[in-house]
Amino acid sequence: MTNQQYAEMWKDLGLNLEKHDVLLNALAKGYGDLFMTQKNRPAGMGYFDFVISEVHGLRIKELVDRKKAGKKIIGAFCLYVPEELVYAADATMVGLCGGADFSIPDAETVLPRNICPLVKSFFGFKVGATCPYFNSCDMVVGETTCDAKKKVYEVLADYTPTYVMEIPHKVDTEQSKALWLSEIKLFKQQMETLTGNVIEKDSLKEAIRLINEKKKAMKRVSDTRRASPTPISGLDALLVNQVSFYDDVNRFTLKTNELADELEKRNADGVGVGDPSKPRLMFSGCPMAIPNWKLHSIIESTGVPVVAEESCIGSRYFTDLVEPKGDSMDSLLEAIWDRYHNISCACFTPNDDRVTKVVDMAKEYNASGVVYNVLQYCHTYNIEAIKVDKALKKAGVPMLKVETDYGSEDVEQIRTRVEAFTEMLSPV
Amino acid sequence: MAVAGVDIGAVATKVAILADGKMLSIQILPSGYDGNGAARRALRLALEESQLARGDIDFIVSTGYGRKVFSEANKSVTEITAHAEGAKAVCPSARTILDIGGQDSKAISLTEEGQVANFVMNDRCAAGTGRFIEVMARVLHVRVAKMGELALKSANPARINSMCTVFSESEVISLLTNGRSREDVAAGLCESISRRVSIMVRYVGVRESVVFSGGVAKNVGMVAALEKELKTKLLIPPEPQIIGAFGAATIAQKSLEKEESAASSLRVEGGYPVTAISAAPLTRGAVAPGVEGVTPPLGDSTG
Repeated sequence: MTNQQYAEMWKDLGLNLEKHDVLLNALAKGYGDLFMTQKNRPAGMGYFDFVISEVHGLRIKELVDRKKAGKKIIGAFCLYVPEELVYAADATMVGLCGGADFSIPDAETVLPRNICPLVKSFFGFKVGATCPYFNSCDMVVGETTCDAKKKVYEVLADYTPTYVMEIPHKVDTEQSKALWLSEIKLFKQQMETLTGNVIEKDSLKEAIRLINEKKKAMKRVSDTRRASPTPISGLDALLVNQVSFYDDVNRFTLKTNELADELEKRNADGVGVGDPSKPRLMFSGCPMAIPNWKLHSIIESTGVPVVAEESCIGSRYFTDLVEPKGDSMDSLLEAIWDRYHNISCACFTPNDDRVTKVVDMAKEYNASGVVYNVLQYCHTYNIEAIKVDKALKKAGVPMLKVETDYGSEDVEQIRTRVEAFTEMLSPV
Repeated sequence: MAVAGVDIGAVATKVAILADGKMLSIQILPSGYDGNGAARRALRLALEESQLARGDIDFIVSTGYGRKVFSEANKSVTEITAHAEGAKAVCPSARTILDIGGQDSKAISLTEEGQVANFVMNDRCAAGTGRFIEVMARVLHVRVAKMGELALKSANPARINSMCTVFSESEVISLLTNGRSREDVAAGLCESISRRVSIMVRYVGVRESVVFSGGVAKNVGMVAALEKELKTKLLIPPEPQIIGAFGAATIAQKSLEKEESAASSLRVEGGYPVTAISAAPLTRGAVAPGVEGVTPPLGDSTG
């Protein structure tokens, strides 16, 4: 993208142009080094390369055009925000940036240092005025999953309109269901107030269909990765998951289905990336907001593929669909609750469901080992690793826990650990 | 059939040459700023000592921090795999390995079959490694090689709380200023490092035999403190600093056998015959397997 072409638009959005240029150049270089150097990529990745090349350009222009037409843009950081209600109100949802070391110094001018890098990163993008998505948002929707996010939303509210949904942590009780359902209803009202559109049954049903189709396409791509050799690198598959959060839904679904067609054909032809004799690693743990490609790129640089992600940027997003049992508004909303309370985030307690899912996934994807990702200071995923490790051990799948942030100073140490883990899985 | 293992550590570069399963020679040189150069030099010296030419070496495996920079290696493996191989080759009963090198420390557990079952490495900083000891030895005005002996003279080790090298240095200076003896402080430092690395060993599980390797295993004060902390006997190889290089050489030998057996199409279904590196006597110091007690020859460098 030519930075000149969009400079006016970025200026109107209130971006710090000088800093933003530094970010875009770093992003372009990082993307080129990590993605474009991969061998034997599926042709369908061309679309995603294009999306990244226009990540702050064309897509932002689409959002700005929508805003000019009076539509609203909603920003979110978490799967628990029911995007069906956003689309039913004729608004657009974007997942906000939170995966770059770049914005952390800006965040640390305000926030404490010893909190999760994802939270610092997204906050830094707002404070530093370097994220056009953030600056396009009419409202940011937060949630009470972890303490860092919960408290930072309070601070964020001084910078941008912020709405917080309460997510109960003990999910298997009637009280929790009642609370969550009432939160979903409140959010519906909030969307109606913001957009001036009443959410009718039909528009909600259509939005549910829209999002379900998107998730089905993503599931198709994921399913192809069960094959050996895997038809797509973990890095490319991760990118598809990351792009799903901010691309136009219909176009993304179309392009992801095209990619899935190609990957299915690759599997039928026995074409893949990487060496099928090498161990297959599954990824599990904290989300990897764009452009956090750190662990995937380290793992795959050692010659072993990542074949699945048990993560919010991964299986937790696309595995379950919203499937209404009746036709009334109440049953539609209950179906939303039903789907969302099944996303087993480590903020839940107890969370045995997630442990079971990790073990099942490792088997389904024929993973030789699991790399468990903990973003520094993420206590919930960090502590839950104990239970996951135990269950995986019982199932005969070794696990390597890696605790890290977005910095690059520990890349070589992590690479050594991953290599040692791989050697352990396939002894000399 | 001769092979070499090259362990390019953050502080020292080690080379071991094996021929027909026997250790011919070892070399230990400072890594300096040029790991590749240090490795070439160490290899050349080791070859001279073995009275071999470069062409006599059929396979080289590199390991350690600088494993990827050594251009002459046929293959590289991580420090974890190399140390596991090395430790079980010198001590077949090894089930737990603690290795403390110049800038990292690691604990490894082995299965009954001798495969790596689990491992843990220190995080980003050099706390609890040879570098830490080096810095503290400087403050105590004692040679690194003599610090362990100094520590053993203490009857009342000082308590040192910080594990950060910089903060510990302040703590040590303050203890000395307040009149604590160098012996007490040296012993306190050994206990402090032991407390830290013992957590790693307990994390992978303490199962006998426990082998302690790496340059820091030459420090008798550390050995004593760790045995007290872990409540177990530690087996110290005669030359603990070359276990990684020895392991790499062992892997080189296996790799070579694997290649040859594949080439001769006599390959037995289900794997290749593994020749055990049977208690290869090290040319320096005593025979390793089943070694009891602590007989570490004190060297001049850690790591």
